[in-house]
Order: sequence, then structure tokens, then C-alpha cells
Amino acid sequence: MTTMLKTSRRGFLAGSAAAAGGFMLGFHVPFTAAEAAEATTGAAVPELNAWVVVKPDDTVVIRIARVEMGQGTLTGLAQLVAEELDCDWSRVTTEYPTPGQNVARNRVWGNFQTAGSRGIRDSQDYVRKGGAAAKQMLIQAAANEWKVQASECSVDKGVISHAASGKTTTYGKVAMAAAQLQPPTDIQLKDPKDWKIAGKPLPRLDTAEKLNGAQVYSIDMKLPGMLNAAVRECPVFGGKVKSFDAKAVESMPGVRQVVAVGDTAVAVVADTWWRAKTALDVLPVEWDEGPNAGLSSEQIAATLKEGLDATEAFVGNQAGDIKASLGKSGIKKVEAVYSYPYQHHVTMEPMNATALFTADKCEVWTATQNAEAALATASTAAGLPIPQCEVYRLHLGGGFGRRSSSHDYVRHAVLIAKQMPGTPVKLIWSREEDMLHGRYHPITQCKLTGALDADGNLDGLHMRISGQSILANINPQGLQNGKDPATFQGLNPTGTEGVLGYTVPNLLIDHAMRNPPVPPGFWRGVNNNQNAIYLECFVDELAHAAGKDPLEFRRKLLVNHPKHLAVLNAVAEKAGWGTPAPEGVYRGLSQHMGYGSYVAACAEVSVSDSGDLKIHRIVAATDCGHAVNPQQIAAQVEGSFVYGLTALLYGEITLKDGRVQQENFDTYQMMRMDQMPAVETIVLPSGGFWGGVGEPTIFVAAPAVLNAIFAATGKRIRSVPLANADLRKA
Amino acid sequence: MVQLTINGKTHEVDADPDTPLLWVIREQVGLTGTKFGCGIAQCGACTVHLDGVATRSCVMPLSAVTADQKIVTIEGLSPDSSHPVQKAWAALDVPQCGYCQSGQIMAAVALLQSNPNPTDDDINTEMSNICRCGTYNRIRAAIKMAAGDTGEATRG
Repeated sequence: MTTMLKTSRRGFLAGSAAAAGGFMLGFHVPFTAAEAAEATTGAAVPELNAWVVVKPDDTVVIRIARVEMGQGTLTGLAQLVAEELDCDWSRVTTEYPTPGQNVARNRVWGNFQTAGSRGIRDSQDYVRKGGAAAKQMLIQAAANEWKVQASECSVDKGVISHAASGKTTTYGKVAMAAAQLQPPTDIQLKDPKDWKIAGKPLPRLDTAEKLNGAQVYSIDMKLPGMLNAAVRECPVFGGKVKSFDAKAVESMPGVRQVVAVGDTAVAVVADTWWRAKTALDVLPVEWDEGPNAGLSSEQIAATLKEGLDATEAFVGNQAGDIKASLGKSGIKKVEAVYSYPYQHHVTMEPMNATALFTADKCEVWTATQNAEAALATASTAAGLPIPQCEVYRLHLGGGFGRRSSSHDYVRHAVLIAKQMPGTPVKLIWSREEDMLHGRYHPITQCKLTGALDADGNLDGLHMRISGQSILANINPQGLQNGKDPATFQGLNPTGTEGVLGYTVPNLLIDHAMRNPPVPPGFWRGVNNNQNAIYLECFVDELAHAAGKDPLEFRRKLLVNHPKHLAVLNAVAEKAGWGTPAPEGVYRGLSQHMGYGSYVAACAEVSVSDSGDLKIHRIVAATDCGHAVNPQQIAAQVEGSFVYGLTALLYGEITLKDGRVQQENFDTYQMMRMDQMPAVETIVLPSGGFWGGVGEPTIFVAAPAVLNAIFAATGKRIRSVPLANADLRKA
Repeated sequence: MVQLTINGKTHEVDADPDTPLLWVIREQVGLTGTKFGCGIAQCGACTVHLDGVATRSCVMPLSAVTADQKIVTIEGLSPDSSHPVQKAWAALDVPQCGYCQSGQIMAAVALLQSNPNPTDDDINTEMSNICRCGTYNRIRAAIKMAAGDTGEATRG
């Protein structure tokens, strides 16, 4: 039985109209550089510093340089600033500065890039100082007005008080005067144990508009006179457009123009996107498929396989003498080869951007994880210097690394708009275009060789990774004498980013770089994903070969790394490792360190006689040093498992005739509600460091499940995805 | 020109008859809360109600919709996000990126209209929308919370 809204129709329509009007006015999205400049630098706005603006009505605007894409960083960063500012949390709003403003103000907001789980950990220090400095200035302004010492004043939720005189005022009332003061140089930050806003499980600041359709995503952009574009790029990587027959579609409804996009793509511009896509679908295009026309997954696999035994490789971690260890008499040698395929990001919002080009200016509205890189891309595509370009950030319908790996969609939009000066053009990639032109999780294989001594101790381990480097493609200047250090994520001997937890007397971890002509990208978790599967599944194999309990085997190897050990112990205890699981249910463990955080998981699975897998429960622990918003950390843990387990269950991009074979969700399956396990999150912030949250737990989901599958079936699945495997008991 | 009844209001739209309802709603009517995800009725981001039934609008041609059919989009669910499903979603802070959530909410509302107290299996069967951020567990909890909200969740 359907009933219509209880509220009056008039009330609804008024709200709807207001929402539409608000949309056109911007929803905190400045439409022009002038408006943006006024919003962030204009004298009309009492800006305490780059991070904090306090309006006369006591509204606190906190500037967010990193970008929100679902991971909660917007709320977390605002909590950190508000904590030091001691403002009223209920009066906090947020605002994105633009990359153009960042350039113009000597990069006062630092790095905009939001990747590598860095949003909070890499900016917490300076944003907290921004909040603390603003607080000092606001108190000083009140003290000046009252002619008292600032040290005699106190603050509670944005209300400044002078106890001796009984005077009070608010941040909003003194903000203009405070904004004229010299910023303090001696800034003390609070001890996290005294936090009242940070560290608390506060609701996100951006939830309300995601419940009623009001949140404006990049794909929702509207500008007066805007046209819409659909694009098709050569489906073979490295291929080009040979010719297209624009006349065949020019008279179709709504079509305004058919344009070349560089030499690799063609676009139809129409009044609506649907009409642009409809015309593009029937546009005759001939491709020059180039040198990769025959590329196949089998060829790529063969190339990687050769690297497993190649003599030359980059060394990532080394101790003792692995050759001697493997040659010792009485050792038990264990060997296995694993592989991890290409994965697609599949953000729910396909790539898109809106561009407006005029003779002396190029403006872009888009969803990006790195607006400064987007600005550079726009500048190059427009052929205009950076000061004549600007990028306005709109909300992301998912990022996961795709929107930091390449701004090819921005380039497309600008190249199209450049051919229609004065007309804003919104480009949307179809899902098929998005799938065929991803920035894929790199493909690798790994051969692991272990040497167990007579007592079942791990005397030696060789881990040979063969496969693709992301840096070699995206940022070759980041290579170190040819080596891609990011290949060894989570396997490093030292550092704060991702240290190998296991102490093995004779160790060699090396990488034979093999770069197939498929564009790789940073995919949530990046190289930790396969590294954790390779190592954690193989350690499980070694434990069984040694006849030891997988938990005890790991504990012994982790003796020198107490933080690694602590999260592992936490999941083992909570999951009940060593106690009977429900009938038919089996457990698997894993641990890893990445992006500065220590993570572990225990998965519980069952496998039916016909080989159907059910993941019942995963207990996960994370030590991220400081926990800024525990309920959002739990959300990230759950979410990371969906991302990681989707890859484990289904994720595989394959190539045939130089083309990606998966074009939409019908051939590239996603994990859905019915496969979601219960997730129990343990947040163990041990303090003293800042680790990331958005990615780390993704590493441990897949190996924990694979190890549980072995426990259930006696089968080692060494190749992702599980969709290709027969899980019936061995 | 074709007449459509969306969120209680009549709209005259000028679109080709085979245009999917999704794109009519987004581009002609200008309501952008309903999202494009796949175009082949796989992901559910485009879910709207057509006479109370959760419908994937990306494959529903305009020619198949008549003026007397009531279309409800996320913008029309309540004037002030007060629908019990929206309230439950807010209480549990369900969305992450939020892009799929319009469709998730519309699917959940339709589920609760036909089944006011769904079991876990019912939820598994009926909630097939894709979320890449991985909000499934909070969605499940929010549906149960809304179901317990004095039956209010059954209102459209």
C-alpha cells in the first residue's frame, strides 16, 4: 500500500525549490575565481588563519585541504581543528579552498592529495596548530578589549570569559579584531588525553545532505548554458583514432558537435548527456589499435612468470644469507607461487568533469583526490598557465585511488570545452568507458620459498615478487635507481610506514619489475593488498608445514615487534582462537602493517559440500596511534573489508585482443549485502604516533579468509579471485 | 511533450520516448539526487518508486511511464528528511561517499512498505544495491531500526 507524503504539497515544493536555488548558488562551491577569492581571502570574512574563519554569528568555518570521498576525513580534520580551537562543535561548517588559491597563497594549505591514508596523519600537526593559533588570537582580542591579561581569560565552546570581572564575549564578536592580530609563534597543542571533540565518536558533518538528494556530486554539476558530452577512447591501450564520421550523427536529436579528443578519443556534445551517448553509440569510428592490439592476459602472465626466477631483481629487504639457509642440511624447504590480478576501482560515480574554456581562462568543476594535480592537468590541456586555470572541488562518489592516479577525465573535459569556447561542457564517462579506461591495481605474481629447521623454526625466507610498478608508469622520477620502493609496502626492514613484523634470520625480499602496457594505479591498499596475501598465506603454510599453530608460529616471529603482536593477540582473543568455533566454521588469521598502522584480522568461514563459501564473521583490530573518530574508524574497517573481499571473491580484469573484457557490473561482480560478514572492530590506539585508517584493514581481510578456507577445506587457494577456484574439500 | 507525476508534481518533459526515466529525472526535471551508476539495472543507484515499487530507472524508458503513475524520488521521500528510514540512516551515520545511498534508501523504503518487519534473509534478498564504500552492515541495522520505529517506516 503506497501512501503519499503526510506533509503539505506546498511545503514540499517550497523546500524543493529552495534546494534547487541553493544548488545554483553553490552549496559552498564557489562558481568563479573572484567569488572563491572573496570567500577565502576577502576582507569581509574574518579569517584567523588559513584554516579558521569565524563569522559574526559565531559560525566557525574550518577549511579542509584534503578531500572527502566517504572516508570521513572531512569530519575528522574538523574535529582536530575544533578541538584546539575550543569552539562550539554545533556551529562548525567546512569549506574547500581551491588549488588555485593554494598556489596563489604560497601553498598555505599544504598538500591537497588525499591518498595513502594520509588525510589526517599527514596534516594533523598543522591543522591542529591552526586551531590553537586561532584560539590564542581570539582570546587576545577579547583581552585587549577588556584591557586584561589573556592568561586570565578562559574559553568554553566559543565563549570567552574573564572570571575576575565577570565579562564574557563570543568568538564571533571578537573575530574581526582577532583577525588583525599577529599570529602567535608559540603554539601548544593539547595532550590527546584531554580531547573533548577529537577522539569522540561524533556523527559525520556530511550525512544530512546524503539522505535527501541534496549532496552535489561532480556528476550533478549544472551551469547556465551547459552542454553535455559523452566520450569514447580507443579500447586498446596506446591506440588512436584513425577516423570518425561526424556527419552520420550530426543531425541526431540534440547533437551540437562531434569533436576529436586529442588523438585517442572522440566525443559527442549534445544538449543532454543521454542524447550525446545515444549518438556516440552509433558514431562510426575507425581505430588505429597500435602495438598492443594483440595483448592478452596469458601473455602478461607468462611475462610475470619469467620474472619469478630471473637473476636480476631489486632488493627491498635482506638479512643473513638466504642461499646458505636454503642449502643447509636438515632444513625443510617449502615453496609456493601466488598471483594477484588486475583490479578495477569501480567508483560508484563514473569519471566526469565540467569545463569552461575561454581565451584567457579555463575552469573545471570535478571530483578529485588531488586538486593540484587536476589543476596541472587542466593547465596542460588548456594550453594556459596555471594562474589562468582553476579547479573547484565537488563531492566524490568514491575515490579509492582512481581519482588520484590520473586526471584523464579532466583532460578530456578540457580538450572538449576548448573546442567550444564560452560554453560549459560536462563530460560523463559511461560505466563501460570507465571500466575500459581504468587505472588498474597492478598485476603481480610471487614465489615464496621458506626454510624450516628441524624444530620447525623459520630459518630462511625468500619472497620474489614479479610484476608491475605503479611508480614506473605514473611517477618515474619517484623510482630509486630504477627500484619502486612502494612495491615493498608492509615488507620494509625499517621506517614508520610499513615494517615487516617477522624477524627471519635469513631473508630476501626482492622484485623483478615487469611492466605490461596496461595503465596501473593506486587502488585502496595498493601493494599491501597482494603483499599481505602472499606473506600471510605463506606464513600459514609454513606453520602447517612445521606442525605448529598459526597463531603461535606468528607470535614467535613477531617477538621483536610488539605493536604487530598486540593487534594479532587482540583479534585472537576476541575471536576465541584456540576455542571451538561453531560447527562447520573455521578460522584464519592475518596481520600486517601499512600506512603507519598495525592491523590484524581473524576470519570465520564455512564451505559447503558443493564449495560455496560463507564468510560469517571477521574480527579486526587496528592500532592507528591516535583515534580521532572511533565510529568512523569502525565504518572504514567494515568498508575496507567490502572492498578487499570483493576483490578476493570476484575481482579480475582480463585482457583479450588488447582490450579489457569486463565492461560493467554484469561481468565484473561486486560483493553485495547477502555476502557481508559481521564485522567486529577493535580500535587499539596505543598513542605516540599517527597511522592511517582508510586503507590498512583492507590488507588483512583477504589473507584471513584464505587461511580460514584452508582450515575448512585443506585447500590452498593461491590465485585471486575465488570465483575461479573450486572450493570443494580436497 | 510527455506528462510525468514526480513527487506529487506534474512535469511536462520534452524527451525522446526511449530516454531512460533516470535521465529524464536528472536532465529534464533537474532532480539529481537519483544517481547514474551502470545503465543496465545492476547497481541500483538509480532506484525510484513507481507507484510504490522500487524501480531501476536507468532501464525504464520514458514511453513505459504514464502520467497517472506516481514517481517518487529521494527528494520526494519527505520534506525534511523525517522519513523513518532517513532518520535511521542519520542515527547510524550510514553513508560514506553517499553516492549509492539515494538508491539504498529508496530500496529500503519499498522493502519496508511490503514487509514491515524483514528478517536478515529478507534484507539479503531485497537489498541488492551495490555500495562500494561498504556500508552494508549499517544499512542492515538502519533497516531494522526503521522497522522498529512504530511502523512509521511503511509510509511512502
